[in-house]
Amino acid sequence: MTGGEVGTGEAIVFWVSGTLAVIGALGMVISRKAVHSALFIALTMVNLAILYVANSAPFLGMVQIIVYTGAVMMLFLFVLMVVGVDSSDSLIETIKGQRVAGLLLGIGFSILLIAGIGNGLMETSSVGLNAANSAQGGNVEGLAALMFGPYLIAFEVTAALLITAAMGAMILTHRERWMPKRTQRELSQDRFASGEHPGQLPPPGVYARHNAVDTPALLPDGSTSDLSIPEPLRAREDVRDVDHADIEEVRQLSGGSSSTEGEDR
Amino acid sequence: MTDGQFGIFGGDPWWLVLGKTVAIFALLVLLTLFTIWWERRVVSRMQNRIGPNRVGPQGLLQSLMDGFKLAFKEEVIPKAAHVGVYWIAPVISATAAFIAFAVIPFGPTVSVFGVETPLQLTDFPVSVLYVLAIASIGVYGLVLAGWSSGSTYPLLGGLRSTAQVISYEIAMGLSFVAVFIYAGSMSTSQIVLAQEPIWFAVILLPSFLIYVTSMVGETNRAPFDLPEAEGELVGGFHTEYSSLKFAMFFLAEYINMVTVSALATTLFLGGYLAPWPLSLWEGANSGWWPVLWWLIKVQLFIFLFIWLRGTLPRLRYDQFMKFGWKVLIPVALVWVVIVSIARLFRNDVNLSNTELLLVGAVVIVVLLGGSWLLQIRANRKEDRRAQAEEDNARRVNEVLTGAATGHPVPPLPGQRFEYTPRRATVTSPAIASDSADDSAKEEGTDA
Repeated sequence: MTGGEVGTGEAIVFWVSGTLAVIGALGMVISRKAVHSALFIALTMVNLAILYVANSAPFLGMVQIIVYTGAVMMLFLFVLMVVGVDSSDSLIETIKGQRVAGLLLGIGFSILLIAGIGNGLMETSSVGLNAANSAQGGNVEGLAALMFGPYLIAFEVTAALLITAAMGAMILTHRERWMPKRTQRELSQDRFASGEHPGQLPPPGVYARHNAVDTPALLPDGSTSDLSIPEPLRAREDVRDVDHADIEEVRQLSGGSSSTEGEDR
Repeated sequence: MTDGQFGIFGGDPWWLVLGKTVAIFALLVLLTLFTIWWERRVVSRMQNRIGPNRVGPQGLLQSLMDGFKLAFKEEVIPKAAHVGVYWIAPVISATAAFIAFAVIPFGPTVSVFGVETPLQLTDFPVSVLYVLAIASIGVYGLVLAGWSSGSTYPLLGGLRSTAQVISYEIAMGLSFVAVFIYAGSMSTSQIVLAQEPIWFAVILLPSFLIYVTSMVGETNRAPFDLPEAEGELVGGFHTEYSSLKFAMFFLAEYINMVTVSALATTLFLGGYLAPWPLSLWEGANSGWWPVLWWLIKVQLFIFLFIWLRGTLPRLRYDQFMKFGWKVLIPVALVWVVIVSIARLFRNDVNLSNTELLLVGAVVIVVLLGGSWLLQIRANRKEDRRAQAEEDNARRVNEVLTGAATGHPVPPLPGQRFEYTPRRATVTSPAIASDSADDSAKEEGTDA
């Protein structure tokens, strides 16, 4: 490394965040519950972001948290939660030779990584973070100059690719409507035009002595309401009688006369 | 950081950093206690009630006492809870709420015990993005609380909050873009200073309105409080939480309210800068006075939150999502494009008056053409609807015969489906006759 010395603060940040990131990566592989895996990978991402910030790349660090931790992992969690609260992955291998293929790919990837990083450390001479950042007057300005300068085409093509993918997902999940969606106004007009009872039915009459749905409600004139009893109970004629005295009392309270007309039970 | 403009940050002695941290912590806790009381009093007033007025002068100590009571309550942890995640969820929520405040500027550079220091814990080139990042970590608290409770209503609340915060964060982020373009920086202290002659709320009014709308969605406050809609989800994500863990969610909600209000103040209302009539006074923007202006502006936003809660009913969930995705985000995008173009013209292009008029004419033609296209589309939609209704009316008594086309097709809207009587599966003669009777009866009731 041709850069400056590593300060004490930076060393502490590296060892703490680095350790946590590795723990997160291991935990993600080891844990059995999918949600725990997602949480561990979120931990890794946040710690990587801290390392980016410590390495004078604050923009990358923040975007890493907003995009990966905040949006991508959140969508993962969302899907996991929709799929099932308690579903843990089955450990049966569905693809033949999965382990061997995984091992080979892993080794290949590590060789690629080591070669790439080694090449970067050996061949390329670094100018140091401060010089790189202050070339354009700041970290964000430097990134902007690169992104909207030499790498503009690559940037735009990537954006077009992402938008195409999003459009594809939308088209694949789109369902054609048979007929225009009925508005709330139309629904409510239909409900009233049908002539059926538009609102909720009267609840059963629950008294201190009969705490059950088979007790009919009393209307203000003292008669019992058939609608307050669930239909199956009515069909079986399994309806509790209401004490005549109760009916009389309600009628008295509501100021009606003490005649027995209108009583149906 | 490396930049010269941030040189005033990071040079504080350790005791000053500690002092600022503790001061922010204390301020947030005090503001929470105050806001709970203030909210209850204001909402009471709006509903012709009195509100808490027993503990302390005007009931000011009510929320403190409620806090004590909450802390000493019994804690109930559901049997089905995933204990580790259940335990850490409120911690994530509360921690994120507190640390987001580190980059909010309260005032200009002042002298504290002989040390010149800005009234802000820290600042760096992307500190507004930092607030967004912390907010998106804070959501984990709600989501995990919902998931780990092992119960249906919290899960639904958690799902809702995920969808809600992801949707409204996009609109929120887009509303920042115009501010960044005008301020030329993403650091909070620079943005405040860039508003010296005129506030961004005035020149970037659409951004301001979009931000104010999305900040209510982001903090799960009425009328956007769907994750804890008590009429539908009991308590939403915190249904299964009690005692101190519930208190932490409560605290986080109110701190988030203060944080988004402070961010709105910083980005759009000139932060700690004095408002217009006061800014005529020379000393208004120096010393400790700006802290007062800042506090007043933040309190205005908090009052707005309370006012909204006291006024508006809760939105239906699908309408709420539609509003976010189909209104807020497109409007924000169009506005960002307009701002960028305006900025480009101001910075790089020198136009004569005729050219300017020409550009204006082109814009008007495009707008007119666009509205014409929209009208055509609306008409076509109307036609389609009428056509569909006509078709349905025609089909009302048509009977669908599955074999007509040679394929078993489902009935079109309005068509009646003819039930073919089911043949009884013959297993033994006695049962066969029985089930034939049954199925015949069933067909009778269905038709």
